[in-house]
Amino acid sequence: MWLTNSSVGRKMVMGITGLFLVLFVTFHVLMNAVALFSPEGYNAVCEFLGANWYAILGTLVLAAGFVIHIIYSFWLTLQNRRARGNDAYEVSKRPATVEWASQNMLVLGIIVVCFLIVHFVQFWAKMQLPELLGEHLEFTGMGYVYSAFGQVWTLPVYIIGFIALWFHMTHGFWSAFQSIGANNDVWLSRWKATAKVWATVVCLLFAVEAIWFTIEAQDKSNMDKYGINTEAVVENAVSDAIEAMGITITDVE
Amino acid sequence: MESNISFTLKVWRQAGPKEKGGFKNYEMKDIPTDTSFLEMLDILNEQLIEKGEEPIVFDHDCREGICGMCSLYINGHPHGPATGATTCQLYMRRFHDGETITVEPWRSAAFPVIKDLMVDRNAFDKIQQAGGYVSFNCGGAQDANAVLIPKTAADEAMDSATCIGCGACVAACKNGSAMLFVSAKVSQFALLPQGRAEAARRVKAMVSKMDELGFGNCTNTGACAAECPKNIKLSNIARMNREYLCAKIKD
Ligand code: HEM
Ligand code: FES
Repeated sequence: MWLTNSSVGRKMVMGITGLFLVLFVTFHVLMNAVALFSPEGYNAVCEFLGANWYAILGTLVLAAGFVIHIIYSFWLTLQNRRARGNDAYEVSKRPATVEWASQNMLVLGIIVVCFLIVHFVQFWAKMQLPELLGEHLEFTGMGYVYSAFGQVWTLPVYIIGFIALWFHMTHGFWSAFQSIGANNDVWLSRWKATAKVWATVVCLLFAVEAIWFTIEAQDKSNMDKYGINTEAVVENAVSDAIEAMGITITDVE
Repeated sequence: MESNISFTLKVWRQAGPKEKGGFKNYEMKDIPTDTSFLEMLDILNEQLIEKGEEPIVFDHDCREGICGMCSLYINGHPHGPATGATTCQLYMRRFHDGETITVEPWRSAAFPVIKDLMVDRNAFDKIQQAGGYVSFNCGGAQDANAVLIPKTAADEAMDSATCIGCGACVAACKNGSAMLFVSAKVSQFALLPQGRAEAARRVKAMVSKMDELGFGNCTNTGACAAECPKNIKLSNIARMNREYLCAKIKD
Protein backbone atom coordinates (compact mmCIF):
# COMPACT_ATOMS: atom_id res chain seq x y z
CA MET A 1 0.00 0.00 0.00
CA TRP A 2 1.56 3.24 -1.14
CA LEU A 3 0.27 5.21 1.86
CA THR A 4 2.63 3.18 4.05
CA ASN A 5 5.27 1.93 1.60
CA SER A 6 6.26 5.10 -0.21
CA SER A 7 7.88 8.20 1.22
CA VAL A 8 5.55 10.49 -0.73
CA GLY A 9 2.48 8.54 0.43
CA ARG A 10 3.61 8.61 4.06
CA LYS A 11 4.18 12.34 3.83
CA MET A 12 0.71 12.79 2.41
CA VAL A 13 -0.80 10.99 5.41
CA MET A 14 1.28 13.22 7.69
CA GLY A 15 0.13 16.33 5.85
CA ILE A 16 -3.58 15.43 5.73
CA THR A 17 -3.75 14.44 9.42
CA GLY A 18 -1.75 17.57 10.30
CA LEU A 19 -4.12 19.83 8.40
CA PHE A 20 -7.07 18.08 10.02
CA LEU A 21 -5.54 18.81 13.43
CA VAL A 22 -5.02 22.44 12.43
CA LEU A 23 -8.72 22.67 11.56
CA PHE A 24 -9.67 21.06 14.86
CA VAL A 25 -7.43 23.38 16.86
CA THR A 26 -8.95 26.36 15.07
CA PHE A 27 -12.47 25.14 15.82
CA HIS A 28 -11.48 24.58 19.45
CA VAL A 29 -10.09 28.07 19.97
CA LEU A 30 -13.18 29.65 18.45
CA MET A 31 -15.43 27.57 20.71
CA ASN A 32 -13.44 28.69 23.75
CA ALA A 33 -13.87 32.27 22.63
CA VAL A 34 -17.58 31.95 23.43
CA ALA A 35 -16.61 31.70 27.09
CA LEU A 36 -14.88 35.08 26.92
CA PHE A 37 -18.16 36.78 26.14
CA SER A 38 -20.81 34.56 27.64
CA PRO A 39 -20.25 31.92 30.33
CA GLU A 40 -23.87 30.75 29.87
CA GLY A 41 -23.27 30.35 26.15
CA TYR A 42 -20.19 28.27 26.83
CA ASN A 43 -22.12 26.05 29.22
CA ALA A 44 -24.68 25.50 26.48
CA VAL A 45 -21.93 24.53 24.02
CA CYS A 46 -20.52 22.06 26.54
CA GLU A 47 -23.90 20.53 27.17
CA PHE A 48 -24.49 20.27 23.42
CA LEU A 49 -21.15 18.50 22.98
CA GLY A 50 -21.51 16.21 25.97
CA ALA A 51 -21.81 12.54 25.26
CA ASN A 52 -24.17 12.70 22.29
CA TRP A 53 -23.58 10.44 19.35
CA TYR A 54 -22.20 13.25 17.18
CA ALA A 55 -19.81 14.39 19.88
CA ILE A 56 -18.65 10.80 20.41
CA LEU A 57 -18.22 10.29 16.68
CA GLY A 58 -16.27 13.56 16.48
CA THR A 59 -14.08 12.48 19.38
CA LEU A 60 -13.34 9.15 17.73
CA VAL A 61 -12.42 10.73 14.39
CA LEU A 62 -10.26 13.26 16.18
CA ALA A 63 -8.55 10.57 18.25
CA ALA A 64 -7.85 8.61 15.07
CA GLY A 65 -6.35 11.73 13.50
CA PHE A 66 -4.06 12.26 16.47
CA VAL A 67 -3.06 8.60 16.72
CA ILE A 68 -2.20 8.34 13.02
CA HIS A 69 -0.31 11.65 13.09
CA ILE A 70 1.70 10.61 16.14
CA ILE A 71 2.45 7.06 14.95
CA TYR A 72 3.59 8.36 11.56
CA SER A 73 5.66 11.10 13.17
CA PHE A 74 7.70 8.61 15.22
CA TRP A 75 7.90 6.20 12.31
CA LEU A 76 9.08 8.83 9.82
CA THR A 77 11.55 10.30 12.28
CA LEU A 78 13.06 6.87 12.95
CA GLN A 79 13.35 6.15 9.23
CA ASN A 80 14.94 9.53 8.65
CA ARG A 81 17.50 8.95 11.37
CA ARG A 82 18.40 5.63 9.81
CA ALA A 83 18.68 7.27 6.38
CA ARG A 84 20.93 9.93 7.84
CA GLY A 85 23.29 7.34 9.35
CA ASN A 86 25.22 7.29 12.59
CA ASP A 87 28.13 9.53 11.64
CA ALA A 88 27.40 13.10 12.62
CA TYR A 89 29.16 16.04 11.04
CA GLU A 90 31.89 17.62 13.11
CA VAL A 91 30.82 21.09 12.00
CA SER A 92 27.28 21.68 10.80
CA LYS A 93 25.58 25.00 10.10
CA ARG A 94 21.90 25.67 9.55
CA PRO A 95 21.36 27.81 6.42
CA ALA A 96 19.55 31.07 7.19
CA THR A 97 16.43 30.08 5.26
CA VAL A 98 15.90 26.86 7.22
CA GLU A 99 13.34 27.30 10.02
CA TRP A 100 14.38 26.03 13.42
CA ALA A 101 10.94 24.47 13.89
CA SER A 102 11.28 22.42 10.71
CA GLN A 103 14.19 20.52 12.22
CA ASN A 104 12.54 19.97 15.59
CA MET A 105 9.02 18.88 14.70
CA LEU A 106 9.11 15.70 16.76
CA VAL A 107 10.35 17.46 19.90
CA LEU A 108 7.72 20.16 19.49
CA GLY A 109 5.08 17.48 18.94
CA ILE A 110 6.15 15.65 22.09
CA ILE A 111 5.81 18.86 24.12
CA VAL A 112 2.32 19.27 22.67
CA VAL A 113 1.48 15.68 23.68
CA CYS A 114 2.67 16.29 27.26
CA PHE A 115 0.48 19.36 27.40
CA LEU A 116 -2.43 17.38 25.95
CA ILE A 117 -2.13 14.77 28.69
CA VAL A 118 -2.49 17.47 31.36
CA HIS A 119 -5.33 19.00 29.38
CA PHE A 120 -7.14 15.64 29.15
CA VAL A 121 -6.81 14.92 32.83
CA GLN A 122 -8.20 18.36 33.62
CA PHE A 123 -11.11 18.34 31.20
CA TRP A 124 -11.94 15.29 29.15
CA ALA A 125 -11.50 12.87 32.06
CA LYS A 126 -13.90 15.01 34.11
CA MET A 127 -16.43 15.87 31.44
CA GLN A 128 -17.01 13.46 28.56
CA LEU A 129 -15.58 10.36 30.22
CA PRO A 130 -17.85 10.33 33.33
CA GLU A 131 -20.82 11.13 31.14
CA LEU A 132 -19.98 8.14 28.97
CA LEU A 133 -19.92 6.07 32.16
CA GLY A 134 -23.36 7.38 32.99
CA GLU A 135 -22.41 9.62 35.90
CA HIS A 136 -23.81 13.05 36.61
CA LEU A 137 -21.43 15.98 36.28
CA GLU A 138 -20.86 18.05 39.36
CA PHE A 139 -19.94 21.21 37.46
CA THR A 140 -20.90 22.95 34.23
CA GLY A 141 -18.39 23.56 31.44
CA MET A 142 -17.41 26.87 33.02
CA GLY A 143 -17.13 25.11 36.39
CA TYR A 144 -14.36 22.86 35.08
CA VAL A 145 -12.65 25.84 33.45
CA TYR A 146 -12.64 27.72 36.77
CA SER A 147 -11.46 24.75 38.78
CA ALA A 148 -8.61 24.04 36.34
CA PHE A 149 -7.42 27.63 35.96
CA GLY A 150 -7.84 28.30 39.67
CA GLN A 151 -4.62 26.35 40.13
CA VAL A 152 -1.45 28.42 39.83
CA TRP A 153 0.52 25.97 37.68
CA THR A 154 -2.15 25.61 35.02
CA LEU A 155 -1.46 28.87 33.18
CA PRO A 156 2.31 28.38 32.72
CA VAL A 157 1.82 24.80 31.54
CA TYR A 158 -0.73 25.95 28.98
CA ILE A 159 1.46 28.80 27.75
CA ILE A 160 4.34 26.35 27.18
CA GLY A 161 1.96 24.12 25.23
CA PHE A 162 0.79 27.05 23.07
CA ILE A 163 4.35 28.15 22.30
CA ALA A 164 5.27 24.62 21.17
CA LEU A 165 2.08 24.48 19.11
CA TRP A 166 2.91 27.83 17.51
CA PHE A 167 6.31 26.64 16.36
CA HIS A 168 4.86 23.32 15.19
CA MET A 169 2.13 25.01 13.20
CA THR A 170 4.24 27.75 11.61
CA HIS A 171 6.23 25.05 9.84
CA GLY A 172 3.61 22.30 9.69
CA PHE A 173 0.94 24.38 7.98
CA TRP A 174 2.89 25.22 4.83
CA SER A 175 4.84 21.97 4.92
CA ALA A 176 1.57 20.05 4.68
CA PHE A 177 0.64 21.82 1.45
CA GLN A 178 4.08 21.08 0.05
CA SER A 179 3.68 17.41 1.06
CA ILE A 180 0.35 17.01 -0.72
CA GLY A 181 1.75 18.72 -3.80
CA ALA A 182 -0.33 21.88 -3.52
CA ASN A 183 2.58 24.26 -3.84
CA ASN A 184 4.73 26.11 -6.35
CA ASP A 185 7.08 29.09 -6.46
CA VAL A 186 4.25 31.60 -6.08
CA TRP A 187 2.33 29.77 -3.39
CA LEU A 188 5.37 28.86 -1.29
CA SER A 189 5.66 32.36 0.16
CA ARG A 190 1.86 32.67 0.40
CA TRP A 191 1.52 29.45 2.38
CA LYS A 192 4.43 30.46 4.61
CA ALA A 193 2.80 33.80 5.36
CA THR A 194 -0.60 32.18 5.96
CA ALA A 195 1.05 29.67 8.28
CA LYS A 196 2.59 32.44 10.40
CA VAL A 197 -0.63 34.44 10.60
CA TRP A 198 -2.85 31.40 11.26
CA ALA A 199 -0.59 29.95 13.95
CA THR A 200 -0.21 33.34 15.61
CA VAL A 201 -3.94 34.10 15.68
CA VAL A 202 -4.80 30.64 17.01
CA CYS A 203 -2.09 30.48 19.67
CA LEU A 204 -2.51 34.08 20.77
CA LEU A 205 -6.25 33.63 21.16
CA PHE A 206 -5.66 30.45 23.18
CA ALA A 207 -3.26 32.39 25.41
CA VAL A 208 -5.70 35.28 25.88
CA GLU A 209 -8.40 32.80 26.83
CA ALA A 210 -6.16 31.02 29.33
CA ILE A 211 -5.16 34.32 30.94
CA TRP A 212 -8.76 35.50 31.08
CA PHE A 213 -9.94 32.24 32.68
CA THR A 214 -7.14 32.46 35.23
CA ILE A 215 -8.26 35.97 36.20
CA GLU A 216 -11.94 35.00 36.34
CA ALA A 217 -11.19 31.88 38.37
CA GLN A 218 -9.77 34.07 41.17
CA ASP A 219 -13.25 35.51 41.74
CA LYS A 220 -15.04 32.73 43.62
CA SER A 221 -18.49 34.16 42.93
CA ASN A 222 -18.08 33.21 39.26
CA MET A 223 -17.96 29.57 40.27
CA ASP A 224 -21.19 29.89 42.23
CA LYS A 225 -22.88 31.80 39.43
CA TYR A 226 -21.86 29.73 36.39
CA GLY A 227 -19.96 26.71 37.62
CA ILE A 228 -22.43 24.51 39.47
CA ASN A 229 -24.47 21.99 37.53
CA THR A 230 -27.79 22.62 39.29
CA GLU A 231 -29.61 19.75 37.62
CA ALA A 232 -27.00 17.30 38.82
CA VAL A 233 -27.10 18.82 42.31
CA VAL A 234 -30.82 18.14 42.49
CA GLU A 235 -30.49 14.63 41.07
CA ASN A 236 -27.62 13.81 43.37
CA ALA A 237 -29.54 15.18 46.35
CA VAL A 238 -32.52 12.99 45.46
CA SER A 239 -30.42 9.85 45.17
CA ASP A 240 -28.58 10.70 48.39
CA ALA A 241 -31.90 11.12 50.18
CA ILE A 242 -33.20 7.85 48.82
CA GLU A 243 -30.04 6.12 49.94
CA ALA A 244 -30.32 7.72 53.38
CA MET A 245 -33.80 6.29 53.73
CA GLY A 246 -32.33 2.86 53.28
CA ILE A 247 -34.15 2.10 50.07
CA THR A 248 -32.29 0.35 47.30
CA ILE A 249 -33.65 0.93 43.86
CA THR A 250 -33.34 -1.88 41.43
CA ASP A 251 -33.76 -1.29 37.75
CA VAL A 252 -37.45 -1.36 36.98
CA GLU A 253 -36.85 -2.07 33.34
CA MET B 1 43.14 41.42 -4.14
CA GLU B 2 45.52 38.55 -3.93
CA SER B 3 47.34 37.80 -0.72
CA ASN B 4 48.66 34.71 1.02
CA ILE B 5 47.00 33.02 3.96
CA SER B 6 48.07 30.30 6.37
CA PHE B 7 45.54 28.04 8.06
CA THR B 8 44.90 24.64 9.62
CA LEU B 9 43.10 22.02 7.54
CA LYS B 10 41.19 19.50 9.62
CA VAL B 11 40.54 16.62 7.23
CA TRP B 12 38.61 13.36 7.62
CA ARG B 13 40.91 10.41 6.87
CA GLN B 14 39.50 6.92 6.50
CA ALA B 15 41.51 4.07 4.98
CA GLY B 16 38.53 2.16 3.61
CA PRO B 17 34.76 1.62 3.80
CA LYS B 18 34.98 -0.66 6.84
CA GLU B 19 37.89 1.13 8.50
CA LYS B 20 37.42 3.53 11.39
CA GLY B 21 38.10 7.11 10.33
CA GLY B 22 39.24 10.20 12.19
CA PHE B 23 40.30 13.80 11.72
CA LYS B 24 43.86 14.75 10.96
CA ASN B 25 45.25 18.30 11.04
CA TYR B 26 47.52 19.77 8.38
CA GLU B 27 49.21 23.16 8.62
CA MET B 28 48.99 25.03 5.31
CA LYS B 29 51.51 27.85 4.83
CA ASP B 30 51.28 30.85 2.49
CA ILE B 31 48.54 29.71 0.15
CA PRO B 32 47.59 32.41 -2.41
CA THR B 33 43.93 33.41 -2.02
CA ASP B 34 43.23 32.95 -5.73
CA THR B 35 44.00 29.24 -5.43
CA SER B 36 40.87 27.13 -5.79
CA PHE B 37 39.96 24.83 -2.93
CA LEU B 38 40.79 21.73 -4.95
CA GLU B 39 44.12 23.21 -6.09
CA MET B 40 44.90 23.82 -2.45
CA LEU B 41 44.21 20.13 -1.77
CA ASP B 42 46.47 19.27 -4.74
CA ILE B 43 49.25 21.31 -3.12
CA LEU B 44 48.74 19.46 0.15
CA ASN B 45 48.72 16.09 -1.63
CA GLU B 46 52.03 16.85 -3.37
CA GLN B 47 53.54 17.70 0.00
CA LEU B 48 52.18 14.44 1.42
CA ILE B 49 53.54 12.40 -1.48
CA GLU B 50 56.97 14.05 -1.08
CA LYS B 51 56.91 13.09 2.58
CA GLY B 52 55.96 9.53 1.62
CA GLU B 53 52.48 9.74 3.14
CA GLU B 54 49.18 8.65 1.56
CA PRO B 55 47.58 11.53 -0.36
CA ILE B 56 44.01 12.53 0.55
CA VAL B 57 41.42 10.91 -1.70
CA PHE B 58 38.63 13.19 -2.96
CA ASP B 59 36.32 13.20 -5.97
CA HIS B 60 36.72 15.72 -8.80
CA ASP B 61 36.62 15.81 -12.56
CA CYS B 62 35.64 18.81 -14.68
CA ARG B 63 36.65 21.45 -12.13
CA GLU B 64 34.28 23.92 -13.75
CA GLY B 65 31.04 23.20 -11.95
CA ILE B 66 29.26 21.01 -14.49
CA CYS B 67 30.06 17.36 -13.82
CA GLY B 68 28.92 17.02 -10.20
CA MET B 69 31.88 14.90 -9.15
CA CYS B 70 33.38 17.20 -6.50
CA SER B 71 31.81 16.98 -3.07
CA LEU B 72 33.30 17.89 0.36
CA TYR B 73 31.46 19.23 3.40
CA ILE B 74 33.50 22.31 4.27
CA ASN B 75 33.00 24.26 7.52
CA GLY B 76 29.47 22.97 7.95
CA HIS B 77 28.24 23.40 4.37
CA PRO B 78 28.18 21.05 1.39
CA HIS B 79 30.46 22.63 -1.24
CA GLY B 80 31.65 25.11 1.38
CA PRO B 81 30.49 28.56 2.41
CA ALA B 82 29.86 29.98 -1.08
CA THR B 83 26.27 29.79 -2.37
CA GLY B 84 25.33 28.63 -5.85
CA ALA B 85 28.79 27.16 -6.43
CA THR B 86 30.45 23.76 -6.34
CA THR B 87 33.59 22.93 -4.36
CA CYS B 88 35.67 23.20 -7.55
CA GLN B 89 34.36 26.77 -7.95
CA LEU B 90 35.33 27.70 -4.38
CA TYR B 91 38.40 29.90 -3.86
CA MET B 92 40.63 30.37 -0.86
CA ARG B 93 39.70 34.07 -0.66
CA ARG B 94 36.58 32.87 1.17
CA PHE B 95 38.78 31.91 4.14
CA HIS B 96 40.83 33.83 6.66
CA ASP B 97 44.37 33.75 7.86
CA GLY B 98 44.74 31.54 10.95
CA GLU B 99 41.38 29.83 10.47
CA THR B 100 40.74 26.11 10.99
CA ILE B 101 38.95 24.67 7.97
CA THR B 102 37.08 21.43 8.61
CA VAL B 103 36.68 19.14 5.59
CA GLU B 104 34.37 16.12 5.82
CA PRO B 105 32.85 13.66 3.36
CA TRP B 106 29.11 13.67 2.54
CA ARG B 107 27.47 11.84 5.42
CA SER B 108 24.38 9.82 4.71
CA ALA B 109 23.64 6.11 5.06
CA ALA B 110 22.99 5.81 1.31
CA PHE B 111 26.38 7.41 0.51
CA PRO B 112 28.95 5.21 2.30
CA VAL B 113 32.54 6.45 2.48
CA ILE B 114 34.88 4.70 0.03
CA LYS B 115 38.05 6.34 1.24
CA ASP B 116 38.85 9.62 3.02
CA LEU B 117 36.57 12.23 1.44
CA MET B 118 35.23 10.09 -1.39
CA VAL B 119 31.75 8.60 -1.02
CA ASP B 120 29.82 6.10 -3.11
CA ARG B 121 27.04 7.96 -4.95
CA ASN B 122 25.99 5.00 -7.06
CA ALA B 123 22.53 5.25 -5.53
CA PHE B 124 21.84 8.31 -7.71
CA ASP B 125 22.75 6.37 -10.85
CA LYS B 126 20.38 3.60 -9.83
CA ILE B 127 17.54 6.11 -9.36
CA GLN B 128 18.26 7.56 -12.82
CA GLN B 129 18.32 4.09 -14.37
CA ALA B 130 14.93 3.40 -12.82
CA GLY B 131 13.23 6.03 -14.96
CA GLY B 132 15.18 9.25 -15.43
CA TYR B 133 15.06 9.18 -19.21
CA VAL B 134 12.75 9.20 -22.23
CA SER B 135 12.49 5.69 -23.63
CA PHE B 136 11.62 6.44 -27.26
CA ASN B 137 13.82 7.64 -30.11
CA CYS B 138 13.39 11.30 -30.86
CA GLY B 139 14.05 10.86 -34.58
CA GLY B 140 15.45 13.60 -36.78
CA ALA B 141 15.17 17.28 -35.91
CA GLN B 142 11.73 18.67 -36.67
CA ASP B 143 10.56 22.20 -37.27
CA ALA B 144 11.19 24.34 -34.22
CA ASN B 145 7.49 25.05 -33.73
CA ALA B 146 6.10 21.60 -34.48
CA VAL B 147 5.61 21.03 -30.75
CA LEU B 148 4.65 24.21 -28.93
CA ILE B 149 6.25 24.64 -25.52
CA PRO B 150 5.47 27.71 -23.43
CA LYS B 151 8.52 29.74 -22.48
CA THR B 152 7.81 29.41 -18.76
CA ALA B 153 7.70 25.61 -19.02
CA ALA B 154 10.87 25.51 -21.09
CA ASP B 155 12.65 27.79 -18.60
CA GLU B 156 11.57 25.75 -15.61
CA ALA B 157 12.50 22.48 -17.25
CA MET B 158 15.90 23.96 -18.07
CA ASP B 159 16.36 25.17 -14.47
CA SER B 160 15.52 21.70 -13.16
CA ALA B 161 17.82 20.07 -15.69
CA THR B 162 20.79 22.05 -14.38
CA CYS B 163 20.98 19.60 -11.45
CA ILE B 164 24.41 17.99 -11.70
CA GLY B 165 23.58 15.12 -9.33
CA CYS B 166 26.37 15.91 -6.89
CA GLY B 167 24.40 14.85 -3.81
CA ALA B 168 24.79 18.07 -1.83
CA CYS B 169 21.03 17.97 -1.14
CA VAL B 170 21.36 14.59 0.59
CA ALA B 171 24.47 15.73 2.42
CA ALA B 172 22.67 18.82 3.71
CA CYS B 173 19.50 17.02 4.74
CA LYS B 174 19.04 16.01 8.36
CA ASN B 175 16.71 13.29 7.02
CA GLY B 176 19.10 11.93 4.40
CA SER B 177 16.41 12.61 1.82
CA ALA B 178 17.12 12.64 -1.92
CA MET B 179 13.87 14.35 -2.86
CA LEU B 180 15.43 17.50 -4.31
CA PHE B 181 17.56 15.47 -6.72
CA VAL B 182 14.76 13.09 -7.71
CA SER B 183 12.22 15.89 -8.04
CA ALA B 184 14.55 17.89 -10.31
CA LYS B 185 14.94 14.86 -12.58
CA VAL B 186 11.19 14.19 -12.52
CA SER B 187 10.43 17.85 -13.23
CA GLN B 188 12.78 18.34 -16.16
CA PHE B 189 10.75 15.73 -18.05
CA ALA B 190 7.28 16.32 -16.60
CA LEU B 191 7.31 19.93 -17.76
CA LEU B 192 7.90 19.07 -21.42
CA PRO B 193 5.52 17.32 -23.83
CA GLN B 194 8.07 14.67 -24.76
CA GLY B 195 8.49 13.78 -21.10
CA ARG B 196 4.80 13.84 -20.21
CA ALA B 197 4.16 10.69 -22.21
CA GLU B 198 5.87 8.59 -19.54
CA ALA B 199 5.50 10.95 -16.59
CA ALA B 200 3.38 8.68 -14.39
CA ARG B 201 5.53 5.60 -14.89
CA ARG B 202 8.70 7.63 -14.38
CA VAL B 203 7.73 9.26 -11.10
CA LYS B 204 6.51 5.99 -9.61
CA ALA B 205 9.65 4.11 -10.63
CA MET B 206 12.07 6.78 -9.44
CA VAL B 207 10.34 7.34 -6.10
CA SER B 208 10.15 3.65 -5.39
CA LYS B 209 13.84 3.18 -6.24
CA MET B 210 14.70 6.14 -4.00
CA ASP B 211 12.74 4.58 -1.11
CA GLU B 212 14.25 1.16 -1.72
CA LEU B 213 17.76 2.60 -1.48
CA GLY B 214 16.99 3.91 1.99
CA PHE B 215 16.79 7.68 1.49
CA GLY B 216 14.71 9.51 4.09
CA ASN B 217 11.29 11.19 4.07
CA CYS B 218 11.43 14.90 3.28
CA THR B 219 10.20 17.14 6.10
CA ASN B 220 10.51 20.30 4.01
CA THR B 221 13.26 21.92 6.02
CA GLY B 222 14.63 23.37 2.77
CA ALA B 223 18.30 22.85 3.66
CA CYS B 224 18.76 21.06 0.31
CA ALA B 225 17.67 24.01 -1.82
CA ALA B 226 19.60 26.45 0.37
CA GLU B 227 22.84 24.49 -0.16
CA CYS B 228 22.33 23.39 -3.77
CA PRO B 229 25.20 24.59 -5.98
CA LYS B 230 22.75 24.88 -8.88
CA ASN B 231 19.96 26.60 -6.92
CA ILE B 232 17.42 23.87 -7.67
CA LYS B 233 14.14 25.08 -6.21
CA LEU B 234 12.03 23.51 -3.45
CA SER B 235 8.95 23.76 -5.68
CA ASN B 236 10.31 20.78 -7.64
CA ILE B 237 9.54 18.60 -4.62
CA ALA B 238 5.94 19.80 -4.55
CA ARG B 239 5.69 18.99 -8.26
CA MET B 240 7.08 15.50 -7.72
CA ASN B 241 4.64 14.89 -4.84
CA ARG B 242 1.77 16.09 -7.03
CA GLU B 243 2.85 13.91 -9.96
CA TYR B 244 3.26 10.90 -7.72
CA LEU B 245 0.00 11.29 -5.80
CA CYS B 246 -2.00 11.90 -9.00
CA ALA B 247 -0.43 8.84 -10.63
CA LYS B 248 -1.23 6.66 -7.60
CA ILE B 249 -4.77 7.93 -7.22
CA LYS B 250 -5.43 7.24 -10.92
CA ASP B 251 -4.19 3.64 -10.59
C1 HEM C 1 -2.80 19.78 17.63
C2 HEM C 1 -1.70 19.29 17.41
C3 HEM C 1 -0.96 19.16 16.10
C4 HEM C 1 -1.10 19.84 14.93
C5 HEM C 1 -2.09 20.93 14.61
C6 HEM C 1 -0.11 19.31 14.01
C7 HEM C 1 0.06 19.73 12.71
C8 HEM C 1 1.04 19.27 11.86
C9 HEM C 1 1.17 19.59 10.49
C10 HEM C 1 0.22 20.46 9.69
C11 HEM C 1 2.29 18.96 10.01
C12 HEM C 1 2.87 19.05 8.61
C13 HEM C 1 2.76 17.78 7.87
C14 HEM C 1 3.69 17.71 6.71
O1 HEM C 1 4.81 18.22 6.76
O2 HEM C 1 3.32 17.11 5.71
C15 HEM C 1 2.88 18.26 11.10
C16 HEM C 1 4.05 17.54 11.03
C17 HEM C 1 4.60 16.85 12.07
N1 HEM C 1 4.00 16.61 13.29
FE1 HEM C 1 2.33 17.48 13.95
N2 HEM C 1 0.62 18.36 14.64
C18 HEM C 1 0.12 18.23 15.92
C19 HEM C 1 0.54 17.35 16.88
C20 HEM C 1 1.67 16.56 16.77
C21 HEM C 1 2.10 15.63 17.75
C22 HEM C 1 1.36 15.36 19.03
C23 HEM C 1 3.26 15.06 17.30
C24 HEM C 1 4.18 14.03 17.88
C25 HEM C 1 4.34 13.55 18.97
C26 HEM C 1 3.54 15.64 16.03
C27 HEM C 1 4.66 15.36 15.28
C28 HEM C 1 4.88 15.84 14.02
C29 HEM C 1 6.07 15.59 13.27
C30 HEM C 1 7.29 14.79 13.69
C31 HEM C 1 5.90 16.24 12.04
C32 HEM C 1 6.88 16.32 10.92
C33 HEM C 1 6.75 15.09 10.10
C34 HEM C 1 7.22 15.29 8.74
O3 HEM C 1 7.21 16.43 8.23
O4 HEM C 1 7.61 14.30 8.13
N3 HEM C 1 2.55 16.54 15.72
N4 HEM C 1 2.09 18.45 12.22
S1 FES D 1 34.58 18.85 -10.39
FE1 FES D 1 32.96 18.86 -11.83
S2 FES D 1 31.47 19.98 -10.72
FE2 FES D 1 33.17 20.18 -9.42
